[in-house]
Formats: sequence, C-alpha cells, structure tokens
Amino acid sequence: MIRRLAILLAALVAFATPAMAERVVAGLSRDAISITTNFEGSEILIFGAVSREAPAPEGAPLEVIITVEGPSRPVTVRRKERRFGIWVNTDAADVDSAPTFYAVASTSPMAIALTQTEDLRHRISIPRAIRAVGVDVGDLSNFTDALIRLRMDDRLYQLNEGAVTLRDETLFDTSIRLPANLTEGDYRTRIFLTRDGEVIDAFETDIAVRKVGLERLIYNLAHQQPLVYGILSLIIAIAAGWGASAAFRFLRS
Amino acid sequence: MQIYLPIAEVSVNAFLLLGLGGLVGILSGMFGVGGGFLLTPLLFFIGIPPAVAVATQSNQIVASSISGVLAHFRRKTVDLKMGVVLLIGGLVGAGAGVQIFALLTRLGQVDLAVQLCYVVFLGVIGGLMLIESLKALKRSRIPGGAPPPKRRHIGWIHGLPFKMRFRTSGLYISAIPPLVVGLLVGILAAVMGVGGGFIMVPAMIYLLGMPTKVVVGTSLFQIIFVTGFATIMHATTNYTVDMVLALLLIVGGVIGAQIGTTIGVKMKAEQLRILLALMVLGVCGKIALDLLLYPNDLYSLAEVIQ
Repeated sequence: MIRRLAILLAALVAFATPAMAERVVAGLSRDAISITTNFEGSEILIFGAVSREAPAPEGAPLEVIITVEGPSRPVTVRRKERRFGIWVNTDAADVDSAPTFYAVASTSPMAIALTQTEDLRHRISIPRAIRAVGVDVGDLSNFTDALIRLRMDDRLYQLNEGAVTLRDETLFDTSIRLPANLTEGDYRTRIFLTRDGEVIDAFETDIAVRKVGLERLIYNLAHQQPLVYGILSLIIAIAAGWGASAAFRFLRS
Repeated sequence: MQIYLPIAEVSVNAFLLLGLGGLVGILSGMFGVGGGFLLTPLLFFIGIPPAVAVATQSNQIVASSISGVLAHFRRKTVDLKMGVVLLIGGLVGAGAGVQIFALLTRLGQVDLAVQLCYVVFLGVIGGLMLIESLKALKRSRIPGGAPPPKRRHIGWIHGLPFKMRFRTSGLYISAIPPLVVGLLVGILAAVMGVGGGFIMVPAMIYLLGMPTKVVVGTSLFQIIFVTGFATIMHATTNYTVDMVLALLLIVGGVIGAQIGTTIGVKMKAEQLRILLALMVLGVCGKIALDLLLYPNDLYSLAEVIQ
C-alpha cells in the first residue's frame, strides 16, 4: 500500500516537474497604503524567493518581472493643430481604459525578459496595459504613445529595467515608488518568472490604497451629501471672511 | 509642508497655496475684483485639476470678497441698491452661462472658448482702462488745478425707461443698463469660471458712470452672491469643490484682502486703475502667447468625468 502510494507520488512529481519546476513565493513590505493629510507618496518593497524541487535548469537565465497597476479609468487624449494662426485641439482619441498608475520593474531589458506573445497574453509592458479599442483616429499609436509619455513625465508610469535584483537565481527584491497623486483603489501587484521569454510562474496580490481620517470624511461628505458639503464650504468661507475683517479691525483699534 | 487634497487628489505645498491666496486677496481688496482670472490659471499651473480649480476658487472668492466688502460697508462705499439690480441680472446670466458651458463641453472646444474669452475680454478691457487712466493721470499732473474728470454718460442710456435713483452712486438712471451688465457678466463669469469683477468694475465705471470708490465695494457685494451660487452648483453637480484647498486659499486670501483694502484707500483712483489694467493685460498676453506659440506638447490628457 505504502509502496504503491510512493510510486504514485513519484510519478506525480515526475509528471508535474516540467510544468511546476520553479514557483514564486513573494511578499510585500505593506499590503495597504493610507492616504492621510500629509501623504507624500509611498515606497513599497516587493521581495520573494523562487522555490524549486529540482536544481535550477541549465540554459537561459531566470528573469523576474514585477508590475504594480492602479485602477483603470477612461481618458481622452487630445492633439493640437494650428488653425487660423492659433493652436486648437482638433483630434481626440478616447482610451477606454488606462491604468492611473503602472510600474514595471525587471531584472533585464523587457525585450530579453519577455516575448511578444507572452506580453500580449499577460498584458505586462506599459503599452499592453492600455486598452484602446474602437477609436476612429487613423494614427492611434501616436495618441497612446503620447498618453504613456505624459504619464511617464508625471512618474505615474514607470519602466525600471534592471531594477529587480536577483541573487543566486533564488532571492529577488525591488522597490517601487508610488507618487503622491494616487487614485484610490486596489493596486494589482504581479510577479512573473520567465525563462527564454516564456512565463513559467506568476503571483498576484493587491495593495489597498485608501483615504483615511479627515481625507475620508471630506471625500465621503462631498459625494454623499453634496448640498450639505457646498453649504458648509460657503459657511467656512463666510466665517473666514468675517473673522479676518473683525480681526483686522480689532488690531487697528 | 506638503498636504494631500482630498478632492483634487494631489499633494501640494501648503505654504504655496497660502501665498497664492494672499496674493489674490491683496488684488481683491485693492481693485474689487475677485481675482479668479489670475487664480484659476495659477492653480492649473501648480497641478490642480481644472474642474477642481474652477469650482474651489469660486468658494475662495466668496471669502475674500466678504472680507473686503465688510471694510467697504464701514466706509459706506457700497451701493446696495445698484448691487441688488446687478445681482438679479448676474444670477440669470450665470444660469444661462452654465448651459452654454455644457454645450461647449459637448462640442469639445471648451478650452479654446475659455482661452479666447480671456484674451478678448482681458485685452479689450485692459487696453481701454490703461489708455483712459493714463489720460486721467496726465490731466491731474497739469499744474494750476486739474480739471475734474468728466463723467462720460452715454446719451441713449438716459432715454431708457424704469429710472431709479441710486443715492450712494449719485446716479439717476434706468434699471435696464445695470441689469444687462449684470446678465452679460454673469454669462461670462460662468463660462470663464471667474467672479467677473474684472469685467464688472470697468463696466460700472465706463458704462454706468459710477464713481470709482463706490464701484469696488458694490462689485465685491455682487461677486459674493454670484460665486456663492457657483460654489453650490459645482458642489452638487460635479463634486469638485475641495474644502481643504479652499480653506488654505481662504486663510491667505482674507488676510491679503485686508492688506489690499488698506493699500487701495491710500492710492489714487487713476494709479489703481493703471495697475489693474497692466495686470489684466499681463494675463491676457500670457494666454495669447499660449495660443500663438508652438505648444510644449501637442498632446494633452483629459480625465473622463464619470
């Protein structure tokens, strides 16, 4: 009985090994980020190890790709053109869904770490993370390129090739800087192991980015009780205006 | 000190906002303009989303205008009757302006329309004011008693019906011109996202023939209600009023308004007008350059409002 089980187990392992040779075990320095009044952005450390039952296979080296992706929103990209001597927005392209934040970090340049097919399948590189379908502008790629360029300037999109350190093909880590102007939501964090550009294992987790305290209170009031919020804003304005006037009169007398 | 704004969803320096509020407050107190024409572009520049900037600065203008108008009330330089007549026109105009704004947004040309409005109105008003004020200043420098500046009443205005007596302004004119001025300013205010003081003040001086001293207080009085109305509209329809941003701008603004009122009293009316004219022309020139020069980036992003 025991022998039969052992044979079965051995057969299972032997069968499973090619597919499950290397697996990723990962952790994050934090799984939640609170946006407080003095929030200045945040740095998250993503680390982990590659677990394997057999020695690392020969051949192409192991590569690690890490992505952090904020909630997606539609966005309109406009292009200016000179009309009647002034610069006017003429063409526009609506991108159905573009992440508000997207960071990619990898051990090697993306062209080496990932094949086009795998990129298409898992939507890993920045251009693949943006979804623009059904747009009737001839040169759509110019618009999506502009979107990526503008967001990269704001550090909202980041491409850090070589920023993941991998030790002994086992331990890896990287840190990703989240800017201050974050959108609330769940930030999907993915870790891919690749060899020869093929994804051999992936890991996925979420980082919850939430406003807390006063920020939360004001935001909720503004959206749930807009009239109360508007009147409250006016009362603050009136009180401040009157208060300053009274204070200055007191100071002068 | 960085501070995260809950509605704008950006982190900005609190002292920078206090400073901006203060600067605009000084202008408000000196000239009786809300300062929106200056503050709105400045807020865009430091990275506040345009919709939030426009909505929030209207709230800020309420505060600085109240601070300023109270000082004017004590000096009895507010023509309440004229203010109310202008306000009635203003609120109707603002309502119409919101509709025009919505139409332009659907056409996708709201940015251009706003910029062109700025260039045309700031340019015309600033230019006219500068020329007129320089002439007035030259007259007052003539030794041996300067002739009093002639008030140029436009003839046909006196022929209109519904005459009212505006004691504080020393005017006896028809109620129709102030109503129309209020209406037009209200439309422009809603479309351009400003209080409208920079149009209102010259309109009161040159079209209605009101004395400059009364104009400032009356304009502030009217602006309070128009911008207050705008604040409520923005808060309930777009959720774009940022209370934290408003508060910082207000604290700077109310202090600035008091300083501005003090400076304004000490200065000659002509000097005051020349300064305002130069400032208006400066902003006009900046926006005109943006339209004429090759842009930094041909592409721009616009968040889709959900």
